[in-house]
Amino acid sequence: MAVEVQPTPGASPAPDSPLFQSPENYLTHPSTSIGSWLFTLDHKRIGIMYLVSILLSFLIGGLLALAVRLELMWPGQTIMSAETYNHVFTLHGAIMTFLFIIPSVPASIGNFVLPIMLGAKDLAFPRMNLGSYYLWVLGAVFFVGSMLMNGLDTGWTFYTPYSTTTSSSVISALLGVFVLGFSSIFTGLNFIVTIHTMRPAGMTWFRMPLLLWALYATAIIQILATPVIGITGLLLIAERLLQIGIFDPALGGDPVMFQHFFWFYSHPAVYIMILPAMGIISELVSIHSHKPIFGYRFIAFSSVALALLGFLVWGHHMFTSGQSPVSAIVFSALTFSVSIPSAIKVFNWLATLWRGSISFTTPMCYALSFIFLFTVGGLTGLFLGTLATDVHLHDTYFVVAHFHYVMMGGTAVAFVGGIFHWWPKMTGRMYNEWLGRLSALIVLIGFNLTFFPQFLLGTHGMPRRYFDYEPEYAFLHFLSSVGAFTLGFGLLLAAIALILSLFNGKRAPANPWGAVSLEWQCASPPPYYNFKRAPVASFPYDFTRVEYDPPSQSYIVRAEEKGAATADH
Amino acid sequence: MATSEAIAETSEDHAEHDHPAFLAHHFDTPQQQFDSGKLGMWLFLVTEILFFSGLFTAYIVYRYLHPEIFIYAHQYLDTTLGAFNTCVLIFSSLTMAWAVRCAQLNQRVGLIVCLTITLVCAGLFLVVKYFEYTHKFHEGLYWAGWFDPHSSHGHEDDDILTGEGHHDEHAEDSHASEGHEEGSSEESASGESETLEGGGNPPPPTPPEEDMVSAVAPPTGFRAPLTPLELQMQSIQGNEAEVGEIPVPAALSFGEEKEETDETDIPRNAGIFFSIYYCMTGLHAIHIVAGMIAIGWLLVRSCMGHFNEQYFGPVDYVGLYWHLVDLIWIYLFPLLYLIR
Repeated sequence: MAVEVQPTPGASPAPDSPLFQSPENYLTHPSTSIGSWLFTLDHKRIGIMYLVSILLSFLIGGLLALAVRLELMWPGQTIMSAETYNHVFTLHGAIMTFLFIIPSVPASIGNFVLPIMLGAKDLAFPRMNLGSYYLWVLGAVFFVGSMLMNGLDTGWTFYTPYSTTTSSSVISALLGVFVLGFSSIFTGLNFIVTIHTMRPAGMTWFRMPLLLWALYATAIIQILATPVIGITGLLLIAERLLQIGIFDPALGGDPVMFQHFFWFYSHPAVYIMILPAMGIISELVSIHSHKPIFGYRFIAFSSVALALLGFLVWGHHMFTSGQSPVSAIVFSALTFSVSIPSAIKVFNWLATLWRGSISFTTPMCYALSFIFLFTVGGLTGLFLGTLATDVHLHDTYFVVAHFHYVMMGGTAVAFVGGIFHWWPKMTGRMYNEWLGRLSALIVLIGFNLTFFPQFLLGTHGMPRRYFDYEPEYAFLHFLSSVGAFTLGFGLLLAAIALILSLFNGKRAPANPWGAVSLEWQCASPPPYYNFKRAPVASFPYDFTRVEYDPPSQSYIVRAEEKGAATADH
Repeated sequence: MATSEAIAETSEDHAEHDHPAFLAHHFDTPQQQFDSGKLGMWLFLVTEILFFSGLFTAYIVYRYLHPEIFIYAHQYLDTTLGAFNTCVLIFSSLTMAWAVRCAQLNQRVGLIVCLTITLVCAGLFLVVKYFEYTHKFHEGLYWAGWFDPHSSHGHEDDDILTGEGHHDEHAEDSHASEGHEEGSSEESASGESETLEGGGNPPPPTPPEEDMVSAVAPPTGFRAPLTPLELQMQSIQGNEAEVGEIPVPAALSFGEEKEETDETDIPRNAGIFFSIYYCMTGLHAIHIVAGMIAIGWLLVRSCMGHFNEQYFGPVDYVGLYWHLVDLIWIYLFPLLYLIR
C-alpha cells in the first residue's frame, strides 16, 4: 500500500536551487501543526524528534551522573543513602546506554542524513521508521516507570542472581530494554535496505560517504545482536515471574549463562555505539581539513571488520566469572584483534589531517577531542583485554574510566560534534563559532579531569559501584567530581550555543563547510522531498571540485567533468 | 488494479512517470519497492532466527550438561501429536507457497482459498498445542520452578518449589491418592484432551508395580526411546526380569539420592527440560499467532482485490515469514520430541 504522505495541494513550486532557502523546507512544508510532526513519515522530522528525545534522556542521564559524582565528592554519605545511590548509578547507566548512546547517532543524525546522502526521498520503510521512534518512546516510558515505581538497583547489566531476587522493578526495565531493542532493530533494518536498494546513479559502494559505511556496519550489529538481548530479557522476565530456572542454579540453571547471553548482545552493542561516531569523525576530519580522506577503503572495511569482530569477544567481560582458561585466552586474543581496525581508523584520520587545510570549526574541535579521547580509551582497553592485568583491574574504576573514554569521550563527543556539523543543515541556522569552540575546549578539559583520575583510582584498587571509599581515595574522587561539573558546564555551553542560534543565528547557506557529499547540495534546511530529481553522486571527498561562491556565502560543487570521473578511490 | 489513480501527492516529479497507487512515493519503480520489501523481510527473518538462537543455545548447553534430564523428560511429550502438528505446519507451508503463486498469477479465488486453508492449519496447530499444554499442566509438568509431576512424591522438588500457591492442589491430590489412582481420576477429569490425543497415552499414570519399568528404562538410553504406549505394553508383558538387569549408570542419576521407598527416578532438575520446552514452543506459538494476524490481514486485502501480478509483495513477505515459523518448528519437533 502506498505510503500516505500529508497531501499538499496547491504548494507553490519552489526552485530546488541549493543557493536559496527553500519555502518547501521540511520544517514548515506539509504543515507546522503538532499532528503533522507526531504522525510524520518524513525521515528528517523523525530524525529531529529522535534528536530532541535522545538529548532529553542525555540530560536526565547526565543529571543522574552529576548526582553520583556529588555523592562521591567526599567520603561517607553526602547527599543520598547507599540504597538510593544504587538506584541512581543504575539508572544513569541504563538510561545512558539504552536510551541515549545506542540510538544516539543512527536514530537522530543517521535518520536525518542517510537518505539525503543517498539522494533519496526517504528511508525504504518510512512507517517502520516512525514505529521505531514510538517504540523508543514506549521503552523510555517503561524506564521512567521503573524509575518512579521501585527504582532499579541491579546495575545496567541486570546480572543474575541479584536481578532475580531484588525487589526493584526489574521487569518493567527489562520490558523497556526489549522494546528499545526492537526500535534499534527497525532502525538498522531500514538503513541496510535503504543503502542496498536506494543508492543514486553513480554511487557505487566505494563512493558512499564513510558515515554510511559506518551506519551500515552498525546496522549489521543491530540486526544480529539485538534479538539476543530481547530473548535474554524475556527469559529473565520469565525467570522472575514463573521461576523457569534457566538462570537459577537451584533449579538446574546457570547464572553465568545470563552473562554470556547478555554480553553476546552488549559487547557488539559497544560497536553499535562507537561505529557511527567513527563515521561522523571520518566525515568531520576530512571535510574540515578540506582534504580527501586518507585510506577510504581501509576505513570502510575497518568498520565492517569491527562489526564482525565485535561478535567474537564478549567473553572478555567474563574473565573473572569462571570461564575455562582456554576460552579466556581465545577471547583475550580476539579482543586484541579488535584493536587493529580501530587503529587503522585513527591512523587514517591522523594522515588525513596531515598537511590538510584545517579549519578549527566547532565540529573539527570536537573531532580532534574525539581522536585524543578515543585513543586513550582504546589503549587502556588493552590492559583490560590482557588476562593478567584484568584480574587486577576487573570491576574497578579503571574499567569505568576506560568505557567512559570510549563511550562518553568517543561517542558522545562525536555526537555533539556531529550535531554542530549538521546543525546548519537541520535548522538552517549558523551558531556562534566561538561559543562552540569554547564548549569543545571545556568539554575536553572537564572530561579528562573527570575520568583520568578514575584510571588512577582503579589501579589503586577502588572498586566500581561503591557508595563509599577509603580516605586515601578522597583527593582523586574530589578531582573527578570537579571535572564532572566542568564537563556538565561545557555541554551546557554547547547547548546554549545551539539554542541561541535558533533565535539569532545567521541563515545557513546550503554548503557552509565546503563538503561534497549530497546532503550539502540541497538547501538548508532541506526541502520536503530532499531532491526533486535524484542527483548523480561522485566521490564524496573530492574537494578539488568545491569552490567558494561569495554572493551566496556558500561553497558550490562543480559538476563532475565527463570522462574524467574519479574512479573508485 | 487502477494504476492510473494518482496518489495524493503533489510533486510534479511523480506525475511525470507512471506512479501506480501501490507504489510508495519514495520509490522509483515497483521493482525497487519489491526488492526493498523482500530484503527487509529477509533481514527481519535473520533477527527472528537470532531471537530463537538464545533458546537453542540454552537447549544445547543444558542437553550437553544434563543429557539424562532430556532423555527422561522427553517421554512426557506426545510424539503423535507433535508429528501431527508437524504435518499440519508443513501442509500450511504448501498452501502458503501456493497462495503466493496465486497472487502472482492474479488468481483471486485461489489466493483467498489458500490463505484460508493456511489460517485454518495455523489454528489447528494451536488447538493441538493447547491440549498438549493443558494435559501437561494437569500432570504437574510445569517449568522448573513449579515442576511437580504427580507420579512422584516430589521429594526433590519440595524444597525448591516457590510457586506453591499455584500447584498445591495438584500436589495434595497426588499425595493423597498415591500415584495410580490419582492418575486415573485425572484422566477421566480431562476427558476431552484424552479423546483428542488419540493413541498417545501419557506415561505417568502407570500402576505402581510397573513404575520401576517406566522409570528405569528410559534413562539408560541403550534402546530406542520407548513411546509411552510401548512402555506400558512392555510392562504388561511382565518382563521385569529383563528390566531389572539393566543397570542405572551412576552418571545418569546425577548426584541424586535415591530413596528406596520412593520408586520414582526423576533426574534432578528435570523441570529445566520443561522450562526450555515451554519457552521454545511458547515463543513459537506466539509467532504462529503473529503469523495468523498477518495472514488475516492478507486475507482482508485479497478480498478487497489489492493484489495482482505487479503487486504481490506482502503475500510474498508473509509467506517467507510463515515458512520460517514452520522451519523453526521442524527443528523444535525432533529436538524436543525425538530424543534418543
